[in-house]
Amino acid sequence: MATNSLFRPLQGPSSTPARSVKIEFDGRALQVQEGVSVAAALLSAGVSRFRTSVVSETPRAPYCMMGVCFECLVEIDGQASRQSCLVQVRDGMKIQTQRGPRALTDGTEAGNE
Amino acid sequence: MNTSDLLVIGGGLVGASVALGAARSGLKVTVLDEDDVAFRASRGNFGLVWVQSKGFTLPDYARWSLASAQSWPELSAYLKERTGIDVELKQPGGLHLCLSQEEMDTRKERLQWLQDEVGPHYQFEMLDYDELRKRVPLVGPDVVGATYTPMDGHTNPLKLFRALYDAAGKEGVQFKTGCGTEDISYANGIFTVKAGGKVWQAPKLVLAAGLGNNKLAPKVGLYAPVEPNRGEVLISERLRPMLSYPTNFVRQTDEGTVQIGDSHEDVGFDDGTITSVLGGIAKRGIKCFPILANANLVRAWAALRVMSPDGYPIYQASESHPGAFVVTCHSGVTLAANHVMRIAPWIAGGAYPDAIREFKGDRFLNKNLVFTNGH
Amino acid sequence: MSDIQTGDRYDLAVVGAGPAGMSAAITARARGLNVVLLDEQEAVGGQIYRNITRANPRALDVLGPDYASGARIADAFHISGTVHLTGASVWQVGRDGTINYLRGGKVSSLHATQVVLASGAMERPFPIPGWTLPGVLGAGAAQILLKSADLAPSEPVILAGCGPLLYLLGWQYLRAGVPIKAVIDTTDTTDYVRAAGHLIEALAAWPMLKKGLKLMSALKKGKVPFYRGATNLAVQGTDAATGLRFTVGGKDMHVDSKVILLHQGVVPNTQFTWSLRAKHSWNDVQLCWTPDVDAWGRLEGLPNIYVAGDGLGIGGALAAAVQGQLAGLEVAAVAGKIDAGARDSAAAPLRAELAKQLRIRPFLDVLYRPKDANRVPADAVTVCRCEEVTAGDIRGYVALGCSGPNQTKSFGRCGMGPCQGRLCGLTVTEVIAQARGVSPSEVGYYRIRPPIKPVTLGELANEA
Repeated sequence: MATNSLFRPLQGPSSTPARSVKIEFDGRALQVQEGVSVAAALLSAGVSRFRTSVVSETPRAPYCMMGVCFECLVEIDGQASRQSCLVQVRDGMKIQTQRGPRALTDGTEAGNE
Repeated sequence: MNTSDLLVIGGGLVGASVALGAARSGLKVTVLDEDDVAFRASRGNFGLVWVQSKGFTLPDYARWSLASAQSWPELSAYLKERTGIDVELKQPGGLHLCLSQEEMDTRKERLQWLQDEVGPHYQFEMLDYDELRKRVPLVGPDVVGATYTPMDGHTNPLKLFRALYDAAGKEGVQFKTGCGTEDISYANGIFTVKAGGKVWQAPKLVLAAGLGNNKLAPKVGLYAPVEPNRGEVLISERLRPMLSYPTNFVRQTDEGTVQIGDSHEDVGFDDGTITSVLGGIAKRGIKCFPILANANLVRAWAALRVMSPDGYPIYQASESHPGAFVVTCHSGVTLAANHVMRIAPWIAGGAYPDAIREFKGDRFLNKNLVFTNGH
Repeated sequence: MSDIQTGDRYDLAVVGAGPAGMSAAITARARGLNVVLLDEQEAVGGQIYRNITRANPRALDVLGPDYASGARIADAFHISGTVHLTGASVWQVGRDGTINYLRGGKVSSLHATQVVLASGAMERPFPIPGWTLPGVLGAGAAQILLKSADLAPSEPVILAGCGPLLYLLGWQYLRAGVPIKAVIDTTDTTDYVRAAGHLIEALAAWPMLKKGLKLMSALKKGKVPFYRGATNLAVQGTDAATGLRFTVGGKDMHVDSKVILLHQGVVPNTQFTWSLRAKHSWNDVQLCWTPDVDAWGRLEGLPNIYVAGDGLGIGGALAAAVQGQLAGLEVAAVAGKIDAGARDSAAAPLRAELAKQLRIRPFLDVLYRPKDANRVPADAVTVCRCEEVTAGDIRGYVALGCSGPNQTKSFGRCGMGPCQGRLCGLTVTEVIAQARGVSPSEVGYYRIRPPIKPVTLGELANEA
């Protein structure tokens, strides 16, 4: 997976190896760097499409990385439409892509469709 | 000099509807509208095509609303054909959710009164919680029940707005923005309006300026004592379809957003929002549909309703200034069909619609009457 | 940090932990005010010094000394005694100083006698064909990935547009050994000619100019393909970006890459000031709105609310820090902690420093003025990314009689999605202005409504 990533960690002698955490994206287990945003973690793990848009359902991914554009919305631990660039990744997080407009759930069941 | 057959002051839903209808009757129409940040009730409306319980104390208003709801499919079809815009009219009937037994009882009394006045075709059903749940499974346990009438529905008010402009434009209506009315004068059967630094003339004039009518009406011998009444509304992000009926408090648009709210506040010309009021609206919305707790709020906004002292519309032709009319109401969506198909033809020279005889503005000049909002 | 209760009262609340916000807080704290600072991130720095307190040596080396210098101000902030609410999304600032915010999934509010808004800048929207495709990011966004997560593109990357940040990122990538496929620069010879008129002023800011020249020459030495005066930019790809098409000197070109970083300057983030109904003016040089303020950053008509930093107009990190200090001094004076004399004598050297910092701006603003075609796009280009409204749609609304951005909402939901117009607002104003043949200041801007940041209905219900 990570081989297709659009972004990868800096290479270099003095870079300190980051500690990693395990998360799940659409049911797939991913090993990602600790202490970064969910958006950064997903990008480094080879996720290039985060959701599809709510009108034409075309693929979208992070654009601004600072909470402005709302393109990086994903469902995190059952809570939909979260700005993944503003949420720090945590061990065991379950993340789901969103396709088009989200469906409301009562919060107990994960899953968008 | 800009001349036309009819000048419409105000480019909201009411003005655009009247302009469209008048143009269809063959008049050359110019609409004078304010700028981008004007107080616009049209922008804040809820999109309901609503009949139930309207006109309690004034059955003519119930009939008028019902007639418009019944004409709405024709308006919708016309707009679709003329502009290609589907205004997403849906008339599955509407629910008024009740949060207490007292509310249920009051509503039953009122709807019964209306049915007795209007006739047996004014139908309604009382739904207890279990029956309500069968139709709307997401309804919350705090809801006691609902009243249902089959004549209610909703539309997409933004698409309606655009379709009215598009259709009116195709009928030759000219929309002039940045033209807040500065002065109106009348001589030799011609109205002269100063607006946006220019001068406009026509033998006919319609005041459809919403709250602006209050000050403008006396200039042409009319009376329209409308006052602002603030409503605050919450809008969610787009969601998958979840509500198949519009309700008095919560509805889902065809685009998927859920609108919640109907606060009524007398605050003058202030269209800001109050956090505690918004919180209260959210709370009540969640009471009605608990699943909404999880929805993201994208926008909260307030708009100023145009309210006459009794809440009913004002339609009147000026006697002292023949050719001048006032058209103002709170329900620019519900009444759009009537405004296009009945009010506008009258203004264009057709017969007076007898159905509106109770809605003259000078009813408020009767000092012996005390008005309460019966909308 | 401190666990505070709803309804807490402060002398000063600062929104934003960039150089302006931190400086305002430090200055006011030093005069004995009770200060709270709210910021969306987990650590101070804002975007310019993002992650500065946690950056590793390799990243500090790659990002360069200007970035590293942010540590000084962060250190001063941490010992200032300011209550720092991290991870706090402020969703409403009231005219009375009430701050509503969301933190850790809970809504809270606090009240401050005075408020400094230091919510900084955002990258200017770059509406060109294909800019919504995955793989297209702002250069500033890519720099945030570098600062906050040590991430860089894994394949040779395209940098396109104009402006100091674009070249700085290129320089940083070179230092990090990240291959650059091409720099596609929209600056053309006429820009240099126009900017030459401001060169004398700019020369007075020689150290800054020298830095810029150093970046450019590093890019040249790095043998990065460099295209100047590029027009007709269009991202290629159907489900994701595959390359960039453009025209240079009448020749159509195409460069492949899955990562395309766009940039054409930054603009003030004005969401809060618009939501407060503050008066704004159109700045025709920086092509953006700025709030009307006095010499201390105080909003016109809102005597208890100030703006500091890039929210006042783009001046850069050093200018922002000075503006923060100026606001902090006035806040302290209003609170009665210092008298006017002390305030003014402390402010005098700051004003001199601010003037020095801003001296290069006219030169940069003219040289890197984003091209009309990249701000006011062709009909087919998406302007409102949330509601997917194109420039052609907006021109159609204007033809129907729509006069301004608030009417475009009524006509087609433009600006009504979750980003609340942040990424389309400037474009919508300019598209309407062009279509109507009037100035942007006549067209105006969106009326911004709360919540400034999303809250759920359940969270809002707790405010009842």
